[in-house]
Amino acid sequence: MQIYLPIAEVSVNAFLILGLGGLVGILSGMFGVGGGFLITPLLFFVGIPPAVAVSTSANQIVASSFSAVLAHIRRRTVDFRMGFVLLIGGLLGSAVGVWIFTLLRNLGQVDLLVSLCYVVFLGIIGLLMFVESLRAMRSSRSGKVPKRKKHNWVHALPIKMKFRTSGLYISVIPPILVGAAVGILSAIMGVGGGFIMVPAMIYLLGMPTKVVIGTSLFQIIFTTAFTTILHATTNYTVDMLLAVLLLLGGVVGAQFGAKLGAYLKAEQLRVLLAVLVLAVCGKLALDLLLQPAELYSVAGSGA
Amino acid sequence: MIRILCFLIAFLAAPAAGQEIVAGLSQNRISISANFDGSEILIFGAVKRDTPVTDEDIGVIVTVEGPKRPLTVRRKERVGPIWINTDSVEVDAAPSFYAVNTTAALETVLGYTSDLRHEITVREAIRSVGAPAEIEDSPAFTEALIRIREANTLYQTNVGAVTIRQDTLFDTSVVLPANLVEGVYTSRIFLTREGAVIAQASETIYVEKVGLERFLYTLAHEQALAYSLLSLAIAIAAGWGASALFRYIQS
Repeated sequence: MQIYLPIAEVSVNAFLILGLGGLVGILSGMFGVGGGFLITPLLFFVGIPPAVAVSTSANQIVASSFSAVLAHIRRRTVDFRMGFVLLIGGLLGSAVGVWIFTLLRNLGQVDLLVSLCYVVFLGIIGLLMFVESLRAMRSSRSGKVPKRKKHNWVHALPIKMKFRTSGLYISVIPPILVGAAVGILSAIMGVGGGFIMVPAMIYLLGMPTKVVIGTSLFQIIFTTAFTTILHATTNYTVDMLLAVLLLLGGVVGAQFGAKLGAYLKAEQLRVLLAVLVLAVCGKLALDLLLQPAELYSVAGSGA
Repeated sequence: MIRILCFLIAFLAAPAAGQEIVAGLSQNRISISANFDGSEILIFGAVKRDTPVTDEDIGVIVTVEGPKRPLTVRRKERVGPIWINTDSVEVDAAPSFYAVNTTAALETVLGYTSDLRHEITVREAIRSVGAPAEIEDSPAFTEALIRIREANTLYQTNVGAVTIRQDTLFDTSVVLPANLVEGVYTSRIFLTREGAVIAQASETIYVEKVGLERFLYTLAHEQALAYSLLSLAIAIAAGWGASALFRYIQS
């Protein structure tokens, strides 16, 4: 069934978009990532103009994250206090990120920056997670109790706060900084930033994996809602019809994903997420390194 | 005296060859609704003559042109290990859609000077004057634009798609793709003899969004904040709805 999108000004197959939404929703519920790093490139591939793909996926991430976060709230795996602290940093960060984005767009190299950001961050995070979770799996198999680093530089900072759900008593400075960094990146890359947030919370803040996913999703809802409003009011590139199709698939997928995630061990989840992140990173790196079939590209209104 | 004047006016006003072209369209208005999946328009007409048909070599060229918009064509180059956009050329006005249908091969029905004057082929219809001085091969950018849009069937050249009967009646059809842009489209019909245009006519086609498409498009551009809040409300409602539904199914 073909459907014409009013803002994107292209006609797409409705079931294809529903399927894409569903697939990304499953991942979102399982791993606590918004799925923006997957859905945006997938939408390019279907033929949606990049500007519309970036802003509309932000809108769809709001829906799938909200659906998944409700499932996590029922399992009591959301640290609201941590979420709010991260959010303060996140909103500051996205404002800075939008400013950087505009600056670079005027210089005409924003595509390259976005691709490089993806490759570098996905590559580093994917590798770190892959290596770490393999080690964790091996040590849990051999019966050793995994050691959680209790004291590092993070614990020496002032303005401490108790995060009961996470079982942490740390300074609010690192979470705000993490939130801000993710906010900057998410504004530049047009994603929720879960794939950066999740490892940062595990490795930098030392939060337990099960709490991390719900908290990350909680934070993502607000950041992506903010991004959606910014894109809709400045670029007019949010396609509501496309978003509705994506999120119908997405919210259902997210529910299945959250349930699927509960059956898997934390280490297994992390290995799977690492493999996924590395796969997307590899694809983007190849696009940069290999000679493209068409050297020219058309940009501008209704390209 | 008056009779002589009238005769003179009539003589001057008549086209040199005494030929005219009249044309019509199957539809003047194309509505883009939610299930729009491309459209086809039929363009037909006749050659009007003062004198009976003589043995001549005439051709008919039909063009359909979408609204013109400015755009940028960029080229990638290898810098170090990666491919990045380096050179770019601004095209001042390129039609969003362009179809040329002819009775025979373009070289036989259309001469170079007529093409230049009437801007009939895609190459002439694209206006590009602002190529920066440091780019020596700016025509390559125009070629690339045509190549990319031909691949999307946005630019078409259909040789032999116009059928002409008894050197008088002609008809052709143009397929408009699904990724059509809103606006005023123009169809031009040229009658040529030995490559020179001897008569022409033009018709207008209005392509516009209707219903839901119209409503969303207008809202997004005129009430951007309300539109974004509505999008978010839908997202939140859908997220909550799915969650509630799953709980209901589980219990």
